[in-house]
Amino acid sequence: MTDRNAFALGRRGVLAAGAAQILVLALPRVALARPTLEEAVRAFTGGTEVQAGGVRLDIPPLVENGNAVGVTVAVDSPMTPDDHVRRIALFNQSNPQPEVAVFRMGPRAGRAQVATRIRLATSQTVMAVAELSDGSFWSSQAKVIVTLAACIEDLS
Amino acid sequence: MRSLVNAPKTARQGEIIEIKAMVAHPMETGYRTDAKGAPIPRNIVNRFTCTYDGEEIFSADFFPAISANPFLSFTTVATASGPITFTWTADDGATQTATVEITVT
Repeated sequence: MTDRNAFALGRRGVLAAGAAQILVLALPRVALARPTLEEAVRAFTGGTEVQAGGVRLDIPPLVENGNAVGVTVAVDSPMTPDDHVRRIALFNQSNPQPEVAVFRMGPRAGRAQVATRIRLATSQTVMAVAELSDGSFWSSQAKVIVTLAACIEDLS
Repeated sequence: MRSLVNAPKTARQGEIIEIKAMVAHPMETGYRTDAKGAPIPRNIVNRFTCTYDGEEIFSADFFPAISANPFLSFTTVATASGPITFTWTADDGATQTATVEITVT
């Protein structure tokens, strides 16, 4: 408690000291004010409505280690020049940042499928959103239970 | 960074081939602190691109939620013999490039 108070006083002093230092201290606040899953998805779609379905999100429902969780996303798409998947994005509900990755592809992919390994800080919902060439967005989500969370690795 | 790429050496024209690409990188999230409590600055691989015959066929933007040693698997249609090139770019400006040659019959 005493340490915290000392920090608060120090911060006031620093705030008065200069704009650059204010910026440095503001960073943890930005991290605390995490955009929600919905806000992140809206930023990706540009406000277009997301329909459920058409996307297959393969992720284990129960994982022991949140540091590397295998994820496969596949979209029902013929992947022709007229009808293909442009982008697939992955989002999470409870990590420090809602975005996980954005993949760009096109008709040359042949199949709309991508796999990677992600970090999960805690048990939460993972969501995949696909943007098709006609401008529509489709999504799927899955709940994952994590018994050992990411971000607590030993630093020694 | 060191990378490991797996793609078939030969393929029939029009065949859909699977490509796996991994790069050795700690993907430091920027949310961790060291033993003294000082924040460890973020340094992740934030971008991956794959070109085939000079044309970009796949790319990815990564965020800190991608695991250390980022792994990707994706597909492409074998169109012509030629190089498939992979590039990873990290926050600190470091890049890693790998190329595989594919023979399409």
